Formats: sequence, C-alpha cells, structure tokens
Amino acid sequence: MAEHALQTPLNDADILKLRAGDVVRLTGTIYTARDAAHKRLCDLLDKGEPLPFDLQGSVIYYVGPSPAPPGSPIGAAGPTTSYRMDTYAPRLHSLGCKASVGKGKRSDAVKQALKDHTAVYFGATGGAGALLSKCITAAKVIAFDELGPEAIRELTVVDFPLLVINDSHGGELYVQPDRKAAGLE
Amino acid sequence: MRTIDASQIIDTVARMCIDSNRYLPTDVRDSFARSAAREESPAAREVFRQLTENYELAEQTGLPLCQDTGLAVFFVDVGEDLRVAGMNIREAINEGVRKGYAEGYLRKSACDPLTRANTKDNTPAVIHFDIVPGDKLKIAFMAKGGGSENMSRVTMLAPAQGWPGIRKFVLERVAEAGPNPCPPTIVGIGIGGTFDYAPILAKKALLRKLDDVNPDPKLAAMETELLEALNKLGIGPMGLGGKTTCLGVKIAMSPCHIASLPLAVNIQCHSSRHREVEL
Repeated sequence: MAEHALQTPLNDADILKLRAGDVVRLTGTIYTARDAAHKRLCDLLDKGEPLPFDLQGSVIYYVGPSPAPPGSPIGAAGPTTSYRMDTYAPRLHSLGCKASVGKGKRSDAVKQALKDHTAVYFGATGGAGALLSKCITAAKVIAFDELGPEAIRELTVVDFPLLVINDSHGGELYVQPDRKAAGLE
Repeated sequence: MRTIDASQIIDTVARMCIDSNRYLPTDVRDSFARSAAREESPAAREVFRQLTENYELAEQTGLPLCQDTGLAVFFVDVGEDLRVAGMNIREAINEGVRKGYAEGYLRKSACDPLTRANTKDNTPAVIHFDIVPGDKLKIAFMAKGGGSENMSRVTMLAPAQGWPGIRKFVLERVAEAGPNPCPPTIVGIGIGGTFDYAPILAKKALLRKLDDVNPDPKLAAMETELLEALNKLGIGPMGLGGKTTCLGVKIAMSPCHIASLPLAVNIQCHSSRHREVEL
C-alpha cells in the first residue's frame, strides 16, 4: 500500500495511480457539503444555475463541523456517514468532482461512477474530529449560511490524512463481515 | 421536602454537555488501549492511535472529541421529596442544553424532521423521567451521535425465536451496519417491554461502564457470548478489518406480553460520551 502526497485540484493522473488501501496526505482547497447542501447543489443544477464552487477537480468533504472557538479556524471536523450522499454523488462525479471524503459504505451506483468518471472515495477516521481539525488551516462559508453546520465551507487543508476506500479501478478497502466465523451461516 | 433552585440544574446540565463532549470516559480510553494491544493489523492499530491522539487533543484544546456533539439525551431520576424552584425541570434541562451547547462551541444538530430547519440551540432534549424515593435529583446525560443512531433497529420477534433469534438479529444488524456507525461500537440491547420500551432499555444500558459486569449472571453470560461472536465478524476499527468490531455489549431486560418478544439494538459509536451527576 503506497503513500501519496496530493495537491488539489485533482486530475485523472492523480486518481488513476490510487489503489484501495493507499494512504493520501491531501493539501489544498476542499469543500464541505452534507445532506442539505447536496440537495441544494442538485436543485441548482436542475435549474441550470451556477454552483458556489467549481466542480472540476474538486474534493467534497462530508462534514458538518462544530463551531469555531475563538482563535481557531474551525471546530471539530471529522467525516459524517457517506451513504446519505449516494443519491447525489454520481451526478457530481459526472460533472468533474474527483473525490469525496467520508466514512462508511457506498452504493454500487457510486462505485460505478468512480470507474466511469475517474474518481475516488476517501475515508477519514470517524470520531477523530479534534485531530482532523488540526489539518485545517482556514475555513470560510461560501454558500447556504442559513444551514448552519450544513453550510458549504471552503477549507484549506494541509497534509489531511486519508485512506483510499474505493478506487477508480473497482478496488475496495472495506472488509466483508465474516458471517461464518460469527456463527451466522 | 427539599428544594433546589432551577439555576443549579441549568448550570449542572450545561457543564455536563461541555465536559461529556470534551473528556472521553476513562473506561472507554482503557478499552482502546486493551483493544489496540490485541490487534495485529497495522490499519486497526493506526485507528486506535488516532483515536487516542484525538481524545488527548480534545482534552488539551477544549475542542469536542467529535463534530457530531449529539442530540442531548437524558435519564432523570426525580426524588419524590424534591421540589425545583423557579422553573419546570424539563425546561431547566433544556435551558442547560442551550447554555452548554452555546458556551462549549458544540454543534447544534437538532432539526425539524421534514423541513430540516435547524432549531439552532440543540433543543428539545430527549428526556426520560422516573420518580424515585428520596430527595435527590440524578441526571444522566448522553451526547448521542446520528451516525450510530441511524444503524440502530427495533423489531418484534416471535416468542418462539427466543435467544437464538435475538442473537441472530443483533449479529445481522452489526454485520449490515459494517463501517457506517464508527466501529468499534458499543451495542445496547433492550429485550422485552413493549415496542416503545425496548429501545429505552437499550439506550439506558449504554450508560453502563464498559468494564462493569451485569449483576444478572444470565445476562452477563449473554453479553459475553454476543461480544465474542460480534468480534468474530472481523469488521474491525472503522471497518478496516481487525479483532475489535465492538468494545462492549450491554443488555437490559424487562417482562413483556405473552404474545411478544420486543428487541431493540441501539448502536453507540466508539466516542461514547455520557456522564451522571446527583444533586
């Protein structure tokens, strides 16, 4: 399992070299969006209106951070569970989004979209919100401020620690439960 | 009749909200260390290393352990010889939640189920009251995250399914949840009661310490058996594979209808944030 240092925006060459299980340190600009923001993004697309950020080469982080205490750019900022964004993710990948960051399983449709559009799904450690926030050096709300924790934020990250969960070649890191060993079969 | 002022409840609850989200309980920390020592996979060990660094950092910086600082869930035992002056107890607890979540820079996660409009102060809290003998007020607080709550289930088994049916349902649930609820998890199980009471039993069971032993030897044996089986699933920390899928199983049981076998599985992520105070 290889280690890579990547800089945003990501391109096809960056994605193609990644394999499930690889460790990535990501530096650059990423965008936060979770449930409500994804719905708003897709509503804008339906209406043919511009999005608040450029999807080309983008990385979307599924997170609703806690409020920034005085002197910090952001509060705790670990990943939320990704499957809730499965409905929206293939469309965003088809429009140039190169990666999402979250935790937990993705649907077959998302895995197929990663292959079709040369994209990747990264996992970050769930429940390590304080630790991950240390890799975020700047944060500003760029859309949907009224959504509070669900607003879209532009984050500057330095060496953000990620694992490749689903790669663009069909590879997956998550293990299947051993049902037999547990006495289920 | 003893009287306490509502302001005491407000301040206590606010402190509980902040401290629970900042300081991971010792029993959970200890279970990370024990589990990490057993893991052979570098990925599993790395997760425990990050989680350990995370709780140390939260303690040092005051940042919450996790950005999901939970819906505020309370179990409150009100002594029948206790009177609260100045405000209704429920309102005082909600006021404490408002104060704690604002002053602690905690995330406000409560929203309207349909419009999804945020209530902006993390209220209303979910509060389970009980009336008990005496003149004390015992407040147990849990910051319950949404990711693990989403993986929880209630079912009404047929009485004939018995323990094998319960065991199978719990194992299937944890297997299906896989990496989603932030394993290693703690599994709270409520057996019996009614459709609504079983999950309350399951949630209350999650307040127990990880290293305690169920006082009922039969339930203690069931907890041990299930924990062992669950960890054989091999899902591991964050679903990356390993020996630690669950840190603990806590079972509570209550008599049920002759026609029923209610079962609730309440999944708690590794960031098991709760504490108890007596006033």
